[in-house]
Order: sequence, then structure tokens, then C-alpha cells
Amino acid sequence: MKRIDRSLKVRTGFHQAKWDEPIIFELSKKGERGVLVPQADDEITKEVGDGVSKISSSMLRKEAVNLPEISQSRVLRHYVRLSQETLGADVNIEIGQGTCTVKYSPKVNEQLGKLPGMAEIHPLQDESTVQGMLEIIYETDLAMREISGMDRFSFQPSGGSQAIMAMASLVRAYHEANGEVDQRDEIITTIYSHPSDAAAPALKGYKIIYIHPDKDGYPDYEAFKSVVSEKTAAFFVANPEDTGVYNTKVQEFTELVHKNGGLCCYDQANANGLLGVTRAKEAGFDMCHFNLHKTFSTPHGCGGPATGAVGVTKELEKFMPAPLIDFDGEKYYLNYDVPNSIGKIRSFNGVAPVIMKAYAWIRSLGAEGLYEVAKIAVLNNNYMFKKLMELDCVDAPYIEGKQRIEQVRYTLEKLAKDTGVTTGDIQRRMMDFGMHYWCSHHPYYIPEPMTLEPTETPSKEDLDEYIETLKYIFNEAYETPDKFENAPFASSCHQVDESNMDDPEKWAITWRSYLKKYTEK
Amino acid sequence: MKRIGLIVNPIAGMGGRVGLKGTDGVVDKARALGAFPQAPNRAISALKALMEIKDHIEIVTYFGEMGENEAKECGFKIKVISTIKDRESNQQDTIEAAKRILEEKVDLLLFAGGDGTARDIYNAVGENLAVVGIPAGVKIHSAVYASSPKKAGELALLYLKRNVSKVKEVEVMDIDEDAFRKGIVNTRLYGYLKIPYDPKFLQGKKSGSIMNDEGAQRAIALDVINHMKEDVLYIIGPGSTTRPIMQALGLRYTLLGVDLICNRKVVKNDLTEKELLKEISDKVCKLIITPIGGQGYLFGRGNQQISSEVIKKVGKENIIVIASNHKIRELSGKHFLVDTGDEEFDISLRGYVRVTTGYREQIVYKID
Amino acid sequence: MAIQGFKNHPYIPNSVVEVQEEMLKEIGLNNLEELHAEIPEEIKLKENMNLPKAFKSEYELRRYMEGLLSKNKSCKDYLNFLGAGCWQHYVPAVCDEINSRGEFLTAYGGEPYNDFGRFQTLFEYQSLVAELVDMDVVNVPTMDWAQAAATAVRMAARMTGRKEALVPKSIDTERYLVMKNYCSPDIKFIEVNYDEKTGQLNLNDLKEKISDKTACVYIENPSFLGFIEDHGREIAHIAHAVDALSVVGVDPSSLGVLTPPSQYGADIICGDLQPLGMHMNYGGGQAGFMATRDEEKFVMEFPSRLFGIAKTSVEGEYGFSDVAYDRTSFGHLREGGKEYVGTQSALWGITAGVYLSLMGPTGMWELGQTIMQNSQYAIKRLDQIKGVKGSKFDTVNFKEFAVDFNETGKTVEEINKKLLDKGIFGGKDLSKDFPQLGESALYCVTEIHTKDDIDRLVSAIAEVVES
Repeated sequence: MKRIDRSLKVRTGFHQAKWDEPIIFELSKKGERGVLVPQADDEITKEVGDGVSKISSSMLRKEAVNLPEISQSRVLRHYVRLSQETLGADVNIEIGQGTCTVKYSPKVNEQLGKLPGMAEIHPLQDESTVQGMLEIIYETDLAMREISGMDRFSFQPSGGSQAIMAMASLVRAYHEANGEVDQRDEIITTIYSHPSDAAAPALKGYKIIYIHPDKDGYPDYEAFKSVVSEKTAAFFVANPEDTGVYNTKVQEFTELVHKNGGLCCYDQANANGLLGVTRAKEAGFDMCHFNLHKTFSTPHGCGGPATGAVGVTKELEKFMPAPLIDFDGEKYYLNYDVPNSIGKIRSFNGVAPVIMKAYAWIRSLGAEGLYEVAKIAVLNNNYMFKKLMELDCVDAPYIEGKQRIEQVRYTLEKLAKDTGVTTGDIQRRMMDFGMHYWCSHHPYYIPEPMTLEPTETPSKEDLDEYIETLKYIFNEAYETPDKFENAPFASSCHQVDESNMDDPEKWAITWRSYLKKYTEK
Repeated sequence: MKRIGLIVNPIAGMGGRVGLKGTDGVVDKARALGAFPQAPNRAISALKALMEIKDHIEIVTYFGEMGENEAKECGFKIKVISTIKDRESNQQDTIEAAKRILEEKVDLLLFAGGDGTARDIYNAVGENLAVVGIPAGVKIHSAVYASSPKKAGELALLYLKRNVSKVKEVEVMDIDEDAFRKGIVNTRLYGYLKIPYDPKFLQGKKSGSIMNDEGAQRAIALDVINHMKEDVLYIIGPGSTTRPIMQALGLRYTLLGVDLICNRKVVKNDLTEKELLKEISDKVCKLIITPIGGQGYLFGRGNQQISSEVIKKVGKENIIVIASNHKIRELSGKHFLVDTGDEEFDISLRGYVRVTTGYREQIVYKID
Repeated sequence: MAIQGFKNHPYIPNSVVEVQEEMLKEIGLNNLEELHAEIPEEIKLKENMNLPKAFKSEYELRRYMEGLLSKNKSCKDYLNFLGAGCWQHYVPAVCDEINSRGEFLTAYGGEPYNDFGRFQTLFEYQSLVAELVDMDVVNVPTMDWAQAAATAVRMAARMTGRKEALVPKSIDTERYLVMKNYCSPDIKFIEVNYDEKTGQLNLNDLKEKISDKTACVYIENPSFLGFIEDHGREIAHIAHAVDALSVVGVDPSSLGVLTPPSQYGADIICGDLQPLGMHMNYGGGQAGFMATRDEEKFVMEFPSRLFGIAKTSVEGEYGFSDVAYDRTSFGHLREGGKEYVGTQSALWGITAGVYLSLMGPTGMWELGQTIMQNSQYAIKRLDQIKGVKGSKFDTVNFKEFAVDFNETGKTVEEINKKLLDKGIFGGKDLSKDFPQLGESALYCVTEIHTKDDIDRLVSAIAEVVES
């Protein structure tokens, strides 16, 4: 048998799983059951009857729930097949979802999450029975303090946006305590910070002012200076921003805000390339947030559960969501003594398994490992940057010749002009090779954007495969641009016709709604 | 069956190749210099994008190279509504063709040309029909044109395939070609045409609600109205961005002219510079303006009534600039420009300005 | 340089020195330090962070972490009667099997072309919950019930242009705190009294407090204190009479036997998915859902993603995509707060879908029935203990009930401490959040409790209060 030639690093033979799996309701067979439910003991029935006849007639459900009836193995098979039609980070070289920091989520941490000491504990248990859990949260807090230079963390926020909302609530509480809440109604952010840096403060009633980048891609300091005033409540910013450009003058920004009585809030969603290199504190921030599901490796779970850990300086501790986790030298406890607390951000104490997994990850790396993470993430990013910029059809605006940190927002404008093939077309075609590629990049100032973020996870070979695949596709764009029109060809489905998605008469958000709109007429 | 109007301005683009900066009024000279028509091939590139729905569309067009030839070459089903063949087409034909096509009740009008052509189309159809411009002219200032002929075809395809279609208004600009040839840029806002757009491209799937342009304009209007003060005069500059303010207040407005309001009532519509100066003389006054799309001119293009004299009276601090994010994005980083004709005054306007881009939302932008 | 990296780490392939050198050469740098040349020197760390040393092997890490977690006493070790928003139910094995699949576990924001399974599964999740609540629109999960309720209130405020929301005094304090924070500074909450004897919402008080400023009336059914609210329809009528919306929070495990709120006039339903296949996870299993009718005015107010079923370019194939992504109505502006969306709890949505597929109509009915029987049995037996009232309220309960210890002369704190010594987690102490109830505790009894479990609890409590 001839050995397969692997010199071309592109998986031209790839095809994603395609099971043609029916919608779950279509699998229903009357009488089948997926699981047997515990029944009340006979003696209980004897004692209290059937239980349900006590329900008032208005509150007793009249008809059985119209759920499908499917035996266990068929339910399992259905969902296993659907999982196979999903391209998780476990099965692809995860570089294409730039800004999302999708890295390797260690399996050992997942297994720890299944232990009864994690999965089977109730959040209201007596403190004495959850000392291990509280210790983990407390220790994670200590680690986060060291990583950021902040003085106290809360793990209640369960996502990046919720963390930013928590920071906006803290800003409000701070100015309220100073009697300046009405006067300070402006939040300044930048165009290339995450859109939640504007949306979450807006929810808290703030007026949002955006700063544009200067010609190098740094937030324009002169523009910034023209708006910072006694009306400024806070400055919300990511650094590096989603372009991968690190604002070298960040201290001047934070100083100016402080001089004017405002607070500085650091969106650390892009912190991966900075671990052990530089911190929020030294850059002059009063608070920051980390996404544990990004930088700290916990799995994204198709979009949560997650954690956005919020850290603040000593001065702001009294505004934190309660309870905080504390240690009195003997035992760990929930500390509700937070005098000016903003209240709660999420039920109970956040997504505990995510905190535990992030902690395990930190402990598997230590300070040296975290530093290595940052260095290699940036090395990988700049290696790709170099290789891709050698291509004629790829460019990246701003700071020419300098390094980017965690990701790069490239532009395929030239490719699009030359061939008519857009970044959206490239996205669909990349799927034919088993690769993610995400082009929905707010705020769309960079034309035909492509944002790649390798993190520390891929090997050099992985990076080369991704780069070679892109090159292969760019060549196709020049040689056979028509091919892109109908891509993807090797995916679980073909091009989706979204024409019904904006039409109330035609959209169908559930199967029952689909049946009503499309089959009953 | 969908019906598409097609108008090709066959001489568009001829001037550029021979350095004439436009073809209006100089077509013979262009021919003599060896220019050949650009538009037909460009129109064909655009039409090719529609091949996949070829059997489901009918092209309604004019004779010969005004569309018939191009559509035929691509093999489309055609309805030719005028068959004069014994002379070359002219500007009047473009306008006439557009009017006839409008009467034919087509779903969309595709036209190939330059800024002059867009102006003619606007004169004929106004905002009564969705259009897509195939860029073929020398001067392309109007956002009505797609970035390439192929893009134009794709946009048309998307619009025709979709059952729910979104349109936005874009400025029809033109510059005075005589002046342009002499090195003077004198752009005018001519009016607005409706073009389809693909909202999907504007969506940030991680970020939630991102406004469409129309929504953004209404949001801006609401913000402006919320901040209006009693007994203060408001000069409302021209354009579709300022229009929702007047609409929300239920006031009569002049889309391309300057209106003056006070206490939510119209003081006067469509004022000249002189009238403006007279009305505002010694009163507290604010000025609401929006930059010209794609160019970024705040003053001196399309709003010459708001002269340096007027702006001086109003005071720099009383200028309220409004623009949707979409509009800002389309400037691709170019700064705002001012050209009041008073150079010294223009310099004094330079610096940073806050621009209201939504409800309680502003950006800081530079004026050069 | 005082800072050291960790070479040849298994999570970092390119921590191999030779590879690094090759890559550095490729980009024209001499060492790793130069990669961060853009960061100003004065804000760079000069030495390694002060963190515990890394474990030298996966085994040591596992040993250490297992040690920490085994310090916890789990609800497998102890007999648990805590609920109050996080409930112990049986989690079918298939639920864990599916949410542990690496493909789902590690996917994120891909397009339907590479994450087709994720889209279909979440569409199915929406469809399954839709049947449970008998409504046509369900969202991709939010953070938790509290977030879902807060969002529902904001939606109602936008739709009505009003800024007051009425909530029952029997609401969960924790949830209420989240709602208040999320809705501030725009929305004012007003509490409506409940009947002391029955727990039912005081309709006269409701009528007094409702006005043309009311955006919505939010109730919970079953209520936080466990009783079933029988006046859902009247409450919805009262809300609708002033053009306010009726919002109902619900425990979905009750809906096999209880009427879905949509059938008594609710306009928006919200609740928590945790009972549908999620382990308690120290409160990390929560995930919120919302449901409405399929009307444009509701759909356009959802801040969350809604997956819809679509055609593809190939006949005989379903595709999926976001419904009405361009979702900004004029209403958003009036109220001043546009909401954000981000990473929430998708994996729990997938799991809830698996759970409902397994349970089917019979399973959900039986679940409700077993819970009703077990909890009624527990109330009845507790009632027999001198000084203990099995249920504070004279109303039928579902799953939870406020046990009244006022006549025992003992505090709940004391009782729970003694129960703990006997390996039992007693119910949540209500004396802080509901001082008007005195010494009462919220007990949770579900299908996982056997007769022996309940009997053990009863005799333990009897022993404690009679000692």
C-alpha cells in the first residue's frame, strides 16, 4: 500500500459528519420511554393518595406535555450524532474565532468537575461542609490578585458581559457614595474595545462616548483629552484591543481620568498574552475583569456556563457584590459584611465548577507556566502575523512593523478587490477543511476583516496547517473565484437561506411554530 | 417572476481613461482621444451575478447599448420598452428610461454609470424605487454605487432572493464637472436614492443589538430632541440624518435645504444664507448638521447656506454634529472636512468634535 | 532577566526551546522578551508572580484537587433537604454523557456550517421547553432565573414604556437582589403583600398598587416559599386591565402536573433550567429561560439569541440561523437601556433538551406526581411532631414548603446545627429573609427522596425539638 503523501498540509479530503438527523420530535414513537422516574413508595401513596388531586382544578395541567417519546439509546444516538456535527476546540485547530481565546481545556479538570465534592454540593450548605470549595474560591481570588495587582475579586459574574455590567454597577455605586452620581453620567470607551464595554454601561444608564483610533491604531489621546471632564464616570477599555494593538500610552489615559475624578475599568478579555508580563494595577486601573472561560482555559460550552471574574482595588472593595469569600486563619467563610454592596450579580456564588477548573489550570502552570502561556501566545500570534503578511492579498492596518499581542485583525480588502471573494466567502470555504474562521467583527471599521487568535495551544505544525489552508484558499480565490459561491461543500449543511429570519410570518423559533407556519396551512 | 430594470449609460467612464475627469458634455472630445465605452462590460459583469436566478427574472430595459445588448449577451429574458436605434443615446434618454421603468413596476433598477447618471436616475425615480448602481463612471462619489460591478450584481441578487428586503437611503452627490476640470471641487448634495443593503454584515453576533441605519437615525433624533432647550433657535441642516428630528417633532422640513425651528415649531423652511443671518441675528442659536456621506464634509458641501458668517454667529460651541455609526464607518477613517470658503475660519474649526451617533451615544471625531 | 518560563509544558506545545528559536528566527527576533517590546518598561513585571509552584505532574495536581474537593460534604454523603433556587433531582446518565462530549463542551461561536449540531440542539432545546410552557418562542438560555426575570421585567418596561414592576413579597431575596441591580437605575420595584394564612398574593393590595405606571406584574408559581399560587388568571387580568404585562417565573419541573402560566394569561414566562438535568454544582448549574408568544412585539424585545429553522440551498435539508438579529426597536430608546448579550449558559440548555427528550410526557407527569406525593408525605409527618407545623401556609405545595418551628422554642439555626451532626442538611433558614415568618425553614423534597429518607428526617427533627 502506498504511503499517503503529507507534504501538502491542507486536509483536502476533509468532510464533516453529516447524519441528516431528524428534529427530535420526529423521532417520537408513542409509548417509548427514555428514562424511568422514581415513584413514591406505596406506603406514601397509601398515606397521601396520588398527590396531584389536591391541585386546584385551575392549576392542574389538563393535557400531557407534548414532548417526544423516545427510548434511551435513540435519544443518546440522536445527541451524539449532533455533537459530531459540532466543531469544538477538541477537534479542530482553534485559531479562527479571534477575540474568543479558545484554548485547550484540560481533561483532568473536567474529570474533577464530576466528583461529588463538586457536582453534588448545594450552595446553601453550612460553611463547615464546603470548606474545600471555599478554599478553592479564596485561593483563586489570591491568584487573581497576584495576576492583576488588584486587591479583591468576585466570581459572581458569569460571563464577560455580565462582568462589565458588574463593573458599571461598581462605578455607579462609587460615584453615588461620593454624591456625584448625577454629575458623572459619561462613560468613555474606544471603538476597538469589545462592544459590551459600551452596551453594559449603557444598561446602567450611562451616556457612552467612543474614541477613535489614531493612524497607528492607538486610541487617539488628543480626542480622549477633549472629552475627559468632571462628567466622566469611568473609562472602559480593552488593552490590547481587538486589533491586537497594545496602547503603549495607557498610563497617560488612566492618569488623566483619575485627575478628573473618574474610574478606570480594564476589560481583560484579551489578557492571555499579558500574563506575568504586565498588570492592571501598574497601568493605573481601578478594576478589571478576566474571563475564566477564555484566558484561564475553562471550556466555552457552546456559550457558557462561564465566569467573568471582577477585581477591584482596596478602595472599591466595599462596593463588591456580596458575599465575598474570606479566611479567618482557621476556616473559610462567606463574608456578607460588604457595607456598600451593589447587591447580587448572579444567584449564589457564581459558576463554581468554572472557578475550580480555572484554579486547577493555574496550579498546573504556576507563575512560570502563566508567563510561558503569555510568551507563546504572543509568539504564535506574531509567527502567523509574519507568515500571513508575506501574502500579497493580506494586510493589517496600524502600527506597521511592530508586534501584536494576543490577536491580529487582518483585512482581506485586496483579495476582495482582486477576486470578488469576500471574507464571508473565505469563512464558508474554511469549513471545507475543518477550520473555524469568524468574520463577524464589530465595529466593522476594518474592511473584509479576519481576526485570528492562536493562543498558546497550537503547535508550530498546527499554525502552519492553518496558514497553508488559508493560502490554499486564497489561491483558489484568484484561480477559481466562482467556487466560493456555493461553499461550503464538506460541511454538515449547505448555505443557509436566511430570508425568513426577519419575517414574523415566516420565522420559526420552535418546532411547534414551524409546524404551525409550514405544515398546517 | 421578478422584474429588474436595467439602464446602461454607455458613455459613462469614457472621459476618465483619457484624462477628462468626467464625460458630461465632452463625449466627442473623449472619442477623439481614443476613449471607448466602459459601461457595457461592467454591466455584463454585474448581470453575470444574477445567472443563478436567470429563469426567474425578466429584464426591462431600453434599446441597444442602453441595456438590451448587455442583457441579451447574458441570455436573459428581456422586455425592451423603447427601440429607437437610429441615434446615440443621451442624458434625456437615461431620465426617460428610468421614468418608463418606474412605470413598469419593476422590483429593482440596476444602472451603470457615474455620478451624472445617478443624478439623472434620481431626477426620474427619486425614492420610489430601490436601485443598485454599477460603477462605470469617472467620478464615483455617490454611495449609490457598489464597490465593484460584481458586488453590484451580488447585492441585487441578495435583494431579489430575499423576501424581506432592507433598503437604506444614500446621498446622490455630484460635482460640477466644469469646475472640477479647472481643479475646483464643488460637490453638491443632489438628493437621495434607496439602495438595498445586507444587514447581516452589520451584525455582531456576540454583541447583541446593533442598530440598523434607520433605527440609528431615529435614536439620534430622540437624543437631540431630549436635549432641546426652550427659546433657543435650532438650525436644521440638510440631509436624511437630520430629517428624523423634524419628523419626530411632526414638522414640515426641506430635505435638501436648511430649516429653522424654535420651541418645537418651524420658524421658517428652506432659508437662504441671508435669511438665516437675519433670523438668528442676536438670538441664542444652535446648529444641527451631519457630514456628507462618504466624504465627511461638515460645511461647504451641500449646505452652503450655512456660511462662515452663520457659523460665527452661532458659535463653535453650539454646533451639534450628528451621524450614524454606519456613516462614520463609511468615511473609512477620513477626518471631517470643512470648506466654508473662509480659510482662516476653516482652520479655527479644526480639532475634535463630539458626534451624536445614537441615543446617549457619541463618538469623538477629528475635523481637519 | 529574573522572569522564568516553564519549558516543555504539556499544554503549551511551542514551549519546546528549539521550536521557539526556530519561530523567533522566522520573525526576526532574538528572544521571547522582545515579543513584548510594545509594553512600556515601567509597567512590566520585573520578576515572576508570587503564585504557588506548579504541580510537577498531572497526577499530583489531581491528588491535590481531589483532596480539596473531598473536604466538602456532598449531598451524596449527607441527606439533603435544601432547595431555595437550586434543587437536587436525579440527573439521568445520558445528560452527563452528552454535555461531556468534547465537541459540545469546547464549541463556542461558530457558524451553522461547522457548529450545525450546536444550532440544531439548541433549536430543539427551545422547542422542547416551548412544549413545557405551551408557548411558541423560547430563547437560548440566560445566566439564571434571576437574570431571566430581570430581563423579562426590562422587556415589559420597553414594551409598555413604563418604569414600575410589581413583585410578590414572597420573592426569593437573592433573586430579587439580582433583579434590582440589573434593572437599576431605570425601574422601580414595588412589593405586593401575600396572605399570611395561605401565602397567596393579596389581590386587594395588588389592585391598590397597580397603576398606569406599572410595566408588569411578576409572580412566581410555585412561589419561592413552595405554595402553588391559585390566582394566576385573576392576577393576569388585573395586570392586563391597566395594559401591564403578566410575567410568571416558574420551576419547570412542576410543569408535568401544573398548568403552564401561558394558559392563565402570562405574557412572558421565565424560570431556571437547573432542575432539568443539571447537578447542583454549588449553584453553578443554574441557567435561565424565557418564553413568549410568537408575536413580533415580543420577539423584537429579546436581548438573547433565538435560533430559527431555515431552508438551505439544498432541497431536503434544514439549516439554522439567528432570528431577527437586527433587533432594535424604538422601545429600547425610550427606556434608555439596551441590553447586552454574551456568553451565558448554552451547555445547560443543551442538557435540559436532553433531559426533556428522555423524560417525555409520561416522565414529566410522573416526576411531578412523585414530588407532590413525597412532599405531602413529608409535610404530613412533620406536622405530627409536637410544636412543628409541616407547612406554614394552608395551601397545596409543590416540592418546597415552609416548615414552622416557632412553637418548638428552638431556632432554625439550632435545629439545623443538630441535624448537621446527624448527617442531614436541614432546610434553608428563613428567619433572616422573612422575619415575619419567625423561625421557619424552607424544605425541599423531590423524587430523589425515599420514604426512609423522609422518615429519617422526621425522626431526627423530632429528636432535636423534643430534646
